[in-house]
Amino acid sequence: MVSGIETFETEVLIIGGGVTGTGVMRDLALRGIHCLLIDRRDLNAGASGGNHGLLHSGGRYAASDSETAAECRQEGDILRQVAPDCIDDCGGMFIAVEGDDPGFAERFPGYCEAAGIDCESLSPAQAREREPALSDKLFAAYAIPDATVDPFRLTLENVNHAQQLTDSLFLPHTAVESFEIANGVITGVLCRNTKTGGMRRILVRQVVNAAGAWSMDVARRAGCSDVSLLYSKGTLIISNTRITDRVINRLRPPGDGDILVPGGTVSLLGTTSDNVDDLEDIRPTVAEVERVLIEGTAMLPCLEGTRFIRAFSGVRPLLLPAQNTADGRSASRGFTLFDHRDQGLENFATVTGGKLTTFRLMAEKTGDLVARRLGNSRPCKTATEPLPSGNAVRWTEPGFAPRFWYRRNDPTDMILCECEMVPQSAIDSIIESAPGAESEMTLQAIGVRSRVGKGSCQGSFCSIRVTSHLYDRGVYDSARGLHSMRDFLSGRFKGVQPILWGEQMPQIELSEALHCSLMGLDRLDGKANDPEKEGSG
Amino acid sequence: MGQGERYYRTELAIIGSGLAGFAASVFALARGIASAQVGNTGAVAYTTGYLDLLGSCRGLWLDDPWQGLELLRESEPRHPLSRIGRTAIQAAFDQFSGALTEMGVGYTAPAERNHLALTPAGTVKPTLSVPQTMLPGIEARKAGVRTLIIDILGLQGFSAKEFVANIRSSWPQLSTAKLSFPDMESGGQVFPEVMARALEVSSHRERFAERIKAALGDARLVGMPAIMGIHHPDRVHAELQRLVGVPLFEIPTMPPAVPGIRLREMFEQGFPAKGLTLVPQQKVKRLVLEAGRATLYLQDSFGEVMIESKAAILASGRFLSGGLTAERGGVREALLDIPVTQPESRADWYRQDYFDPLGHPVNRSGVEVDSSFRPLGPDGEPVNHRLFAAGILLAHHDWVRQRCGAGVAIASAHKAVEAVADMLKEQ
Ligand SMILES: Cc1cc2nc3c(=O)[nH]c(=O)nc-3n(C[C@H](O)[C@H](O)[C@H](O)COP(=O)(O)OP(=O)(O)OC[C@H]3O[C@@H](n4cnc5c(N)ncnc54)[C@H](O)[C@@H]3O)c2cc1C
Ligand SMILES: Cc1cc2nc3c(=O)[nH]c(=O)nc-3n(C[C@H](O)[C@H](O)[C@H](O)COP(=O)(O)OP(=O)(O)OC[C@H]3O[C@@H](n4cnc5c(N)ncnc54)[C@H](O)[C@@H]3O)c2cc1C
Repeated sequence: MVSGIETFETEVLIIGGGVTGTGVMRDLALRGIHCLLIDRRDLNAGASGGNHGLLHSGGRYAASDSETAAECRQEGDILRQVAPDCIDDCGGMFIAVEGDDPGFAERFPGYCEAAGIDCESLSPAQAREREPALSDKLFAAYAIPDATVDPFRLTLENVNHAQQLTDSLFLPHTAVESFEIANGVITGVLCRNTKTGGMRRILVRQVVNAAGAWSMDVARRAGCSDVSLLYSKGTLIISNTRITDRVINRLRPPGDGDILVPGGTVSLLGTTSDNVDDLEDIRPTVAEVERVLIEGTAMLPCLEGTRFIRAFSGVRPLLLPAQNTADGRSASRGFTLFDHRDQGLENFATVTGGKLTTFRLMAEKTGDLVARRLGNSRPCKTATEPLPSGNAVRWTEPGFAPRFWYRRNDPTDMILCECEMVPQSAIDSIIESAPGAESEMTLQAIGVRSRVGKGSCQGSFCSIRVTSHLYDRGVYDSARGLHSMRDFLSGRFKGVQPILWGEQMPQIELSEALHCSLMGLDRLDGKANDPEKEGSG
Repeated sequence: MGQGERYYRTELAIIGSGLAGFAASVFALARGIASAQVGNTGAVAYTTGYLDLLGSCRGLWLDDPWQGLELLRESEPRHPLSRIGRTAIQAAFDQFSGALTEMGVGYTAPAERNHLALTPAGTVKPTLSVPQTMLPGIEARKAGVRTLIIDILGLQGFSAKEFVANIRSSWPQLSTAKLSFPDMESGGQVFPEVMARALEVSSHRERFAERIKAALGDARLVGMPAIMGIHHPDRVHAELQRLVGVPLFEIPTMPPAVPGIRLREMFEQGFPAKGLTLVPQQKVKRLVLEAGRATLYLQDSFGEVMIESKAAILASGRFLSGGLTAERGGVREALLDIPVTQPESRADWYRQDYFDPLGHPVNRSGVEVDSSFRPLGPDGEPVNHRLFAAGILLAHHDWVRQRCGAGVAIASAHKAVEAVADMLKEQ
């Protein structure tokens, strides 16, 4: 496509559709600034879609990094005020079991005090009364104000609000390839539309690199060598039911499988931490799942017999101070904002590292820098301005869809995803107006914006029903709908494969029969689906 | 015998009510072997209705399944279908499809070539024997006949537009219409089984036929989801065709689907009349093999059931039916803990790509059998000379990727019943 370059123009281009990039987008929009947000895949395609969802009280970092711990506590308090719909303020506990260091357990309240974190000492009996699933080998326990947060909802609401405020725009599947730089100023950014293969040129005044673990790569494309990251892969597993009411942390220096976080109707156990060199094809493995499970079982013996429906992995971008060769867990969890002036660029900023819990603060610091550079003197408003909720961004919350459906009581609004009770109307509102909605929206994109495929059948049945619905509505009129279903199922399988045993085996056997024997999705490509041309040789 | 116990004595006990179990009963009845069959009949209700023999070999679709079997024998000698002669397989399919037809659900007689059968997604698959209600669509695609595809308001997972969008490249002359089913016009969800039962009533048929006619346009044929009756599909089919005035055909739907429900109800009602003892909903809790007999112990809400037999066929299926269980440490056979051939560790069970054309190694796990289809114990010898095995429980096949589910079930059931007959004769 020589003449087919699409051109866009914006005040600020933000690269990376995770919590940080979308947080910056909303921060700037609240200052009246127009932004264009791009992601090479989709919203939450990186760590923001592959994390534990723990709104840290700071307890976990209290011993090693009281500054980060205090930052978590403060940000947690702010988010409880401005984004209550995204948060389950369930509380948390730190517990030590036989074999853990009693000295660490004794020092823990002191660490919390130093970081300003409330910490209530519980007797083992009290702890087990609150959380009956805890091991009877427990010898120390503290209650701390942990909570959980839905990163999908945060991201969607950030984008939704920015769109409302300044007509800011989100473009999915748009990957930065190169920068057009003149006299220390980036004037344009060339991107590849990864869906069509076409090129997009974005004319800009400011550029924010919020590409998470990929921010080092993006910075290098702009000629900046100052961002140095360590990649730490973490793997988690999701149970079929909610195992505890509260977040359960192991009372010891961070290790594998030592946090269980409730997420609505399920629980998430994790995580591992392994350095990786490559960011492509990150997937959970059987060995990682075993490690997490064995460690988790020490805190919660019932995990031995728990049904798990899925595993997933994310990569933490950990900032590496020069010459630091520390392993993943002890590298800095704080974030850094690079203004890149010493790299000879005046309108480029990179924000990376940090946590989901501190994304708002990261966005504020970035927003301050970018606004100043644009000559905009309006202050950051995200600490006080609540996130508004919109019709098309409500569907990621577990339990919302069934509540909505019962209240609405319309039998013609059929349930398409039975595990999570997602009705047709939810799909319709997502394809019409969710952030990033477009023609021929893929099942994967619908999945990011809803609970479709997240229940115990992991999309086996609902992918078929939703696809039929999309064809019926005219969203698809070619074989691309089936390809989209196949891609969605392949993607889900990455997370399903390492937890296949027990009750998941009948499920996957039925899925394979449905998807291959009934639908023929394993034979969609080319002549394989045209047996007449093949003969039997 | 204590209170509430029921006790049956028979020559052959068949454990499993999937295709393999029912096929075994068909063959045993035909040979006059007194039989009892147990197991949840829901297993047959999953099928599309197509009876695949072998649709794919070495990754290629097969036009000629018989030639495919020759290829299979070379490349996969341990495959269950490679261990049964062609004549026996042919006899098994002829007899089984004939029995279905005779009992009320018409099936095409197996021929030299595979049919390219239609799927609800608008893809096609090679299969050997198909319900008569589905045949006209398969032939119309080949001939490129102008056809109307209908779907039904409120029926999930079946879209005429989806079918057409995907099959258009090989069958361009298609149109679509969405009809509401008589007395189910609210727009709420409708179910194939309920519509199928409704179409057994003439007044519903007439009203539905009117709606089809109104949508016909210049189409010379009409395809629709499989809802043409449960008990007499061929009669409902013929009646509807007469009313509409053009040939009609069915396309399978996602489970629980009518073509499977037909088989289930036909077996449940037809077999006891032929003298089979059918205990349809219970699982065998224990199987005791002794010198002179095999005894099955079951439990239902009325108490214990005991079945004493001279021979038993284990056709308990895989994970979905509970014949195999998968623990983190390995795959096991559920009833007798018969050794299961399997990949070394759980990390090797699945390939990374869900749709890998090679299929997944764990699918080839299963029990080993000797030449008489007796399952082998840890010492490599038959577990017991009265115990036989059939169906997808067997090792060394991947019925999903190879499109050989019914093939493995029917052919191995035939083989096992033959071996049972030989054993009974010897005694
Ligand atoms: C296993 C794990 C568990 C975690 N648990 C927690 C927790 O419980 N609590 C907590 O507070 N934090 C947690 N974190 C940390 C938290 O998830 C991250 O700090 C946060 O999500 C980072 O968000 P981000 O937007 O900066 O990066 P990301 O979410 O990674 O977003 C970067 C985006 O950039 C896009 N991108 C990359 N390259 C390009 C390109 N060339 N062009 C365009 N776009 C591009 C990517 O597709 C991606 O979507 C966890 C992290 C991991 C890995
Ligand atoms: C969605 C789907 C689509 C399919 N489509 C096709 C198709 O198009 N073409 C085709 O040829 N095949 C198809 N099949 C495959 C086919 O239906 C059968 O699964 C296959 O032929 C094997 O049957 P089986 O009898 O060996 O095992 P199953 O059908 O699994 O039957 C096993 C039986 O054993 C019983 N059982 C297990 N344990 C016990 C116990 N302890 N006591 C008593 N009973 C027990 C179960 O209740 C069940 O009745 C499909 C299957 C599915 C699931």
